[in-house]
Amino acid sequence: MIELLNKAFESRVRLGVMAVLVVNEWVDHVRLKELLGVTDGNLASHLAALEEMKFVQVRKRFVGKRPNTSYKVSTSGAKAFRAHLDAIERLIPKH
Amino acid sequence: MVPNDPINELAHIRVLMDRSTRFLSLSGLSGVIAGFVALGGALLAQHHITVAIGRSRDVLTYGTGNGYTAPHELLLTLLTDASLVLLVALLSAAWFTWRRSKRTGQYLWDATAQRLLINMLVPLVMGGIFCLALFYYGLPGLVAPATLVFYGLALFNAGKYTLDEVRWLGLCEMLLGAISVFWLEAGLLFWALGFGVLHIIYGAVMYVRYERAGHGGGSI
Repeated sequence: MIELLNKAFESRVRLGVMAVLVVNEWVDHVRLKELLGVTDGNLASHLAALEEMKFVQVRKRFVGKRPNTSYKVSTSGAKAFRAHLDAIERLIPKH
Repeated sequence: MVPNDPINELAHIRVLMDRSTRFLSLSGLSGVIAGFVALGGALLAQHHITVAIGRSRDVLTYGTGNGYTAPHELLLTLLTDASLVLLVALLSAAWFTWRRSKRTGQYLWDATAQRLLINMLVPLVMGGIFCLALFYYGLPGLVAPATLVFYGLALFNAGKYTLDEVRWLGLCEMLLGAISVFWLEAGLLFWALGFGVLHIIYGAVMYVRYERAGHGGGSI
Protein backbone atom coordinates (compact mmCIF):
# COMPACT_ATOMS: atom_id res chain seq x y z
CA MET A 1 0.00 0.00 0.00
CA ILE A 2 2.76 2.35 0.96
CA GLU A 3 4.32 2.11 -2.49
CA LEU A 4 1.24 3.88 -3.85
CA LEU A 5 2.31 7.08 -2.11
CA ASN A 6 3.91 9.37 -4.62
CA LYS A 7 7.48 10.29 -3.77
CA ALA A 8 7.01 13.61 -5.52
CA PHE A 9 4.68 14.71 -2.73
CA GLU A 10 6.88 13.72 0.16
CA SER A 11 7.48 17.28 1.27
CA ARG A 12 4.82 19.15 3.14
CA VAL A 13 5.45 22.21 0.99
CA ARG A 14 4.83 20.36 -2.27
CA LEU A 15 1.73 18.78 -0.82
CA GLY A 16 0.55 22.24 0.21
CA VAL A 17 1.25 23.72 -3.22
CA MET A 18 -0.74 20.98 -4.90
CA ALA A 19 -3.62 21.33 -2.43
CA VAL A 20 -3.91 25.03 -3.23
CA LEU A 21 -3.53 24.61 -6.97
CA VAL A 22 -6.13 21.85 -7.45
CA VAL A 23 -8.88 24.11 -6.13
CA ASN A 24 -7.81 27.36 -7.81
CA GLU A 25 -7.04 28.56 -11.30
CA TRP A 26 -3.78 30.48 -11.68
CA VAL A 27 -2.17 31.29 -8.32
CA ASP A 28 0.82 33.60 -8.13
CA HIS A 29 4.03 33.15 -6.19
CA VAL A 30 3.27 35.76 -3.54
CA ARG A 31 -0.10 34.25 -2.74
CA LEU A 32 1.36 30.75 -2.43
CA LYS A 33 4.04 32.04 -0.12
CA GLU A 34 1.46 33.76 2.04
CA LEU A 35 -0.81 30.70 2.22
CA LEU A 36 1.94 28.21 2.98
CA GLY A 37 4.06 30.43 5.19
CA VAL A 38 7.39 29.47 3.62
CA THR A 39 10.38 31.43 2.34
CA ASP A 40 10.84 32.47 -1.27
CA GLY A 41 13.81 30.19 -1.90
CA ASN A 42 12.19 27.16 -0.34
CA LEU A 43 9.00 27.63 -2.33
CA ALA A 44 10.89 28.28 -5.57
CA SER A 45 12.89 25.06 -5.34
CA HIS A 46 9.79 22.95 -4.70
CA LEU A 47 7.92 24.65 -7.53
CA ALA A 48 10.85 24.01 -9.85
CA ALA A 49 10.72 20.33 -8.95
CA LEU A 50 6.99 20.16 -9.59
CA GLU A 51 7.45 21.96 -12.89
CA GLU A 52 10.20 19.51 -13.85
CA MET A 53 7.75 16.64 -13.37
CA LYS A 54 5.19 18.54 -15.46
CA PHE A 55 2.78 18.60 -12.52
CA VAL A 56 2.39 22.37 -12.73
CA GLN A 57 2.30 24.88 -15.56
CA VAL A 58 4.13 28.16 -15.17
CA ARG A 59 3.15 31.54 -16.58
CA LYS A 60 5.44 34.51 -16.38
CA ARG A 61 4.20 37.95 -17.27
CA PHE A 62 4.31 41.55 -16.17
CA VAL A 63 1.68 43.16 -14.03
CA GLY A 64 2.46 46.83 -14.54
CA LYS A 65 6.21 46.95 -14.23
CA ARG A 66 6.54 43.99 -11.90
CA PRO A 67 7.23 40.47 -13.07
CA ASN A 68 4.55 38.09 -11.90
CA THR A 69 4.84 34.32 -11.92
CA SER A 70 1.71 32.21 -11.63
CA TYR A 71 1.18 28.48 -11.42
CA LYS A 72 -1.56 26.16 -12.44
CA VAL A 73 -1.90 22.43 -11.88
CA SER A 74 -1.62 20.23 -14.99
CA THR A 75 -3.99 17.36 -15.70
CA SER A 76 -1.37 14.79 -14.82
CA GLY A 77 -0.47 16.72 -11.68
CA ALA A 78 -4.08 16.76 -10.48
CA LYS A 79 -4.39 13.05 -11.21
CA ALA A 80 -1.19 12.20 -9.34
CA PHE A 81 -2.25 14.35 -6.39
CA ARG A 82 -5.63 12.67 -6.10
CA ALA A 83 -4.04 9.22 -6.27
CA HIS A 84 -1.69 10.31 -3.51
CA LEU A 85 -4.59 11.49 -1.36
CA ASP A 86 -6.35 8.17 -1.88
CA ALA A 87 -3.19 6.39 -0.77
CA ILE A 88 -2.95 8.49 2.39
CA GLU A 89 -6.58 7.79 3.12
CA ARG A 90 -5.97 4.07 2.92
CA LEU A 91 -3.31 4.41 5.61
CA ILE A 92 -5.91 5.58 8.09
CA PRO A 93 -6.84 2.63 10.26
CA LYS A 94 -10.48 1.65 9.92
CA HIS A 95 -12.43 1.68 13.12
CA MET B 1 8.75 9.29 4.03
CA VAL B 2 5.52 7.68 5.04
CA PRO B 3 3.19 10.19 6.64
CA ASN B 4 3.33 9.08 10.26
CA ASP B 5 0.02 10.75 10.95
CA PRO B 6 -2.17 10.47 7.85
CA ILE B 7 -5.18 12.03 9.53
CA ASN B 8 -3.17 15.10 10.41
CA GLU B 9 -1.78 15.23 6.88
CA LEU B 10 -5.24 15.20 5.33
CA ALA B 11 -6.45 17.85 7.76
CA HIS B 12 -3.56 20.09 6.74
CA ILE B 13 -4.45 19.66 3.07
CA ARG B 14 -8.08 20.40 3.77
CA VAL B 15 -7.29 23.60 5.65
CA LEU B 16 -5.13 24.82 2.77
CA MET B 17 -7.83 24.06 0.21
CA ASP B 18 -10.41 25.94 2.26
CA ARG B 19 -8.24 28.88 3.14
CA SER B 20 -7.17 29.40 -0.46
CA THR B 21 -10.72 29.40 -1.84
CA ARG B 22 -12.93 30.73 0.92
CA PHE B 23 -13.09 33.99 2.78
CA LEU B 24 -13.39 33.06 6.43
CA SER B 25 -13.20 36.35 8.31
CA LEU B 26 -16.85 37.36 8.01
CA SER B 27 -17.97 38.50 11.41
CA GLY B 28 -21.17 37.26 13.00
CA LEU B 29 -21.50 40.38 15.11
CA SER B 30 -22.05 42.51 12.02
CA GLY B 31 -24.99 40.25 11.19
CA VAL B 32 -26.54 40.96 14.58
CA ILE B 33 -26.06 44.72 14.17
CA ALA B 34 -27.48 44.66 10.63
CA GLY B 35 -30.47 42.73 11.94
CA PHE B 36 -31.31 45.30 14.58
CA VAL B 37 -30.82 48.17 12.14
CA ALA B 38 -33.19 46.45 9.72
CA LEU B 39 -35.82 45.99 12.43
CA GLY B 40 -35.57 49.69 13.25
CA GLY B 41 -35.87 50.57 9.57
CA ALA B 42 -38.94 48.37 9.18
CA LEU B 43 -40.67 49.97 12.15
CA LEU B 44 -39.90 53.40 10.75
CA ALA B 45 -41.29 52.43 7.33
CA GLN B 46 -44.43 50.99 8.93
CA HIS B 47 -44.89 54.26 10.81
CA HIS B 48 -44.49 56.40 7.68
CA ILE B 49 -46.90 54.26 5.69
CA THR B 50 -49.53 54.40 8.41
CA VAL B 51 -49.16 58.17 8.83
CA ALA B 52 -49.30 58.85 5.10
CA ILE B 53 -52.14 56.62 4.00
CA GLY B 54 -53.67 55.07 7.11
CA ARG B 55 -54.29 51.43 7.88
CA SER B 56 -56.34 50.39 4.89
CA ARG B 57 -54.22 50.58 1.82
CA ASP B 58 -53.55 49.23 -1.59
CA VAL B 59 -50.83 46.68 -0.89
CA LEU B 60 -49.27 47.02 -4.31
CA THR B 61 -48.97 50.80 -4.65
CA TYR B 62 -49.30 51.93 -1.01
CA GLY B 63 -51.73 54.51 -2.32
CA THR B 64 -49.14 56.10 -4.55
CA GLY B 65 -50.96 55.34 -7.80
CA ASN B 66 -53.28 57.58 -9.77
CA GLY B 67 -55.88 59.51 -7.87
CA TYR B 68 -54.03 59.49 -4.58
CA THR B 69 -52.47 62.55 -3.07
CA ALA B 70 -49.85 60.94 -0.87
CA PRO B 71 -47.61 59.63 -3.62
CA HIS B 72 -44.09 60.71 -4.13
CA GLU B 73 -43.25 62.00 -0.71
CA LEU B 74 -43.90 58.59 0.82
CA LEU B 75 -41.86 56.86 -1.87
CA LEU B 76 -38.93 59.17 -1.22
CA THR B 77 -39.18 58.59 2.52
CA LEU B 78 -39.23 54.81 2.07
CA LEU B 79 -36.33 54.96 -0.38
CA THR B 80 -34.25 57.04 2.04
CA ASP B 81 -35.12 54.71 4.90
CA ALA B 82 -34.08 51.63 2.92
CA SER B 83 -30.85 53.24 1.72
CA LEU B 84 -29.88 54.22 5.26
CA VAL B 85 -30.46 50.68 6.52
CA LEU B 86 -28.32 49.31 3.69
CA LEU B 87 -25.54 51.81 4.34
CA VAL B 88 -25.36 51.16 8.09
CA ALA B 89 -25.47 47.38 7.55
CA LEU B 90 -22.65 47.51 4.99
CA LEU B 91 -20.50 49.79 7.13
CA SER B 92 -20.89 47.59 10.19
CA ALA B 93 -20.13 44.47 8.13
CA ALA B 94 -16.98 46.08 6.77
CA TRP B 95 -15.83 47.32 10.15
CA PHE B 96 -16.41 44.10 12.10
CA THR B 97 -14.87 41.98 9.37
CA TRP B 98 -11.83 44.24 9.22
CA ARG B 99 -11.47 43.97 13.01
CA ARG B 100 -11.80 40.20 12.92
CA SER B 101 -9.32 39.70 10.09
CA LYS B 102 -6.82 41.78 12.02
CA ARG B 103 -7.23 39.55 15.03
CA THR B 104 -7.00 36.28 13.11
CA GLY B 105 -4.07 37.60 11.09
CA GLN B 106 -5.74 36.83 7.76
CA TYR B 107 -5.35 39.14 4.82
CA LEU B 108 -8.53 41.13 4.35
CA TRP B 109 -8.21 42.03 0.70
CA ASP B 110 -6.95 38.85 -0.92
CA ALA B 111 -8.20 36.79 -3.85
CA THR B 112 -10.89 35.09 -1.77
CA ALA B 113 -12.31 38.39 -0.52
CA GLN B 114 -12.43 39.78 -4.05
CA ARG B 115 -14.16 36.69 -5.39
CA LEU B 116 -16.69 36.77 -2.56
CA LEU B 117 -17.47 40.42 -3.16
CA ILE B 118 -17.86 40.11 -6.92
CA ASN B 119 -20.16 37.11 -6.63
CA MET B 120 -22.26 38.90 -4.09
CA LEU B 121 -22.35 42.29 -5.79
CA VAL B 122 -23.53 41.19 -9.23
CA PRO B 123 -26.95 39.85 -8.14
CA LEU B 124 -27.21 42.61 -5.52
CA VAL B 125 -26.65 45.49 -7.95
CA MET B 126 -29.09 43.98 -10.44
CA GLY B 127 -31.64 43.67 -7.65
CA GLY B 128 -31.03 47.28 -6.68
CA ILE B 129 -31.72 48.49 -10.21
CA PHE B 130 -34.82 46.33 -10.39
CA CYS B 131 -36.15 47.74 -7.11
CA LEU B 132 -35.50 51.32 -8.24
CA ALA B 133 -37.66 50.54 -11.26
CA LEU B 134 -40.42 49.26 -8.97
CA PHE B 135 -40.33 52.55 -7.06
CA TYR B 136 -40.28 54.42 -10.37
CA TYR B 137 -43.48 52.69 -11.51
CA GLY B 138 -45.13 53.30 -8.15
CA LEU B 139 -45.15 49.69 -7.00
CA PRO B 140 -43.46 49.85 -3.58
CA GLY B 141 -45.47 46.86 -2.41
CA LEU B 142 -43.24 44.61 -4.54
CA VAL B 143 -40.00 46.05 -3.24
CA ALA B 144 -39.89 44.06 0.00
CA PRO B 145 -40.26 40.65 -1.69
CA ALA B 146 -37.85 41.67 -4.47
CA THR B 147 -35.12 42.74 -2.05
CA LEU B 148 -35.50 39.44 -0.18
CA VAL B 149 -35.25 37.39 -3.37
CA PHE B 150 -32.27 39.25 -4.83
CA TYR B 151 -30.45 39.37 -1.51
CA GLY B 152 -31.04 35.64 -1.09
CA LEU B 153 -29.66 35.00 -4.58
CA ALA B 154 -26.58 37.08 -3.80
CA LEU B 155 -25.90 35.17 -0.57
CA PHE B 156 -26.60 31.81 -2.18
CA ASN B 157 -24.12 32.63 -4.91
CA ALA B 158 -21.49 34.09 -2.58
CA GLY B 159 -21.83 31.17 -0.16
CA LYS B 160 -19.57 29.08 -2.36
CA TYR B 161 -16.69 31.37 -1.44
CA THR B 162 -17.17 31.66 2.29
CA LEU B 163 -18.64 29.66 5.16
CA ASP B 164 -21.42 27.25 4.16
CA GLU B 165 -23.87 28.86 6.55
CA VAL B 166 -24.11 31.89 4.23
CA ARG B 167 -25.61 29.66 1.56
CA TRP B 168 -28.32 28.51 3.96
CA LEU B 169 -29.05 32.07 4.99
CA GLY B 170 -29.46 32.91 1.29
CA LEU B 171 -31.87 30.04 0.81
CA CYS B 172 -34.02 31.19 3.76
CA GLU B 173 -34.10 34.77 2.47
CA MET B 174 -35.25 33.59 -0.96
CA LEU B 175 -37.97 31.43 0.59
CA LEU B 176 -39.32 34.36 2.63
CA GLY B 177 -39.26 36.48 -0.54
CA ALA B 178 -41.13 33.86 -2.52
CA ILE B 179 -43.84 33.54 0.14
CA SER B 180 -44.25 37.26 0.64
CA VAL B 181 -44.68 37.99 -3.05
CA PHE B 182 -47.96 36.07 -2.78
CA TRP B 183 -48.85 37.81 0.45
CA LEU B 184 -48.18 41.48 -0.09
CA GLU B 185 -50.23 42.57 2.93
CA ALA B 186 -47.46 41.12 5.08
CA GLY B 187 -44.63 42.33 2.86
CA LEU B 188 -43.02 44.58 5.44
CA LEU B 189 -43.39 41.93 8.14
CA PHE B 190 -41.59 39.39 5.95
CA TRP B 191 -38.94 41.95 5.16
CA ALA B 192 -38.40 42.49 8.89
CA LEU B 193 -38.22 38.73 9.39
CA GLY B 194 -35.68 38.27 6.59
CA PHE B 195 -33.41 41.23 7.12
CA GLY B 196 -33.95 41.60 10.86
CA VAL B 197 -34.69 38.34 12.64
CA LEU B 198 -32.77 36.02 10.29
CA HIS B 199 -29.67 38.22 10.44
CA ILE B 200 -29.74 38.29 14.22
CA ILE B 201 -30.12 34.50 14.44
CA TYR B 202 -27.45 33.92 11.80
CA GLY B 203 -25.04 36.39 13.40
CA ALA B 204 -25.50 34.94 16.87
CA VAL B 205 -24.98 31.38 15.61
CA MET B 206 -21.84 32.37 13.72
CA TYR B 207 -20.47 34.25 16.70
CA VAL B 208 -20.98 31.34 19.05
CA ARG B 209 -19.68 28.82 16.55
CA TYR B 210 -16.55 30.53 15.28
CA GLU B 211 -15.63 33.64 17.22
CA ARG B 212 -16.30 33.25 20.91
CA ALA B 213 -13.56 32.26 23.36
CA GLY B 214 -10.65 33.17 21.14
CA HIS B 215 -11.62 30.70 18.46
CA GLY B 216 -9.14 31.63 15.74
CA GLY B 217 -11.59 31.03 12.95
CA GLY B 218 -8.76 30.38 10.50
CA SER B 219 -10.02 26.93 9.79
CA ILE B 220 -13.43 25.38 9.44
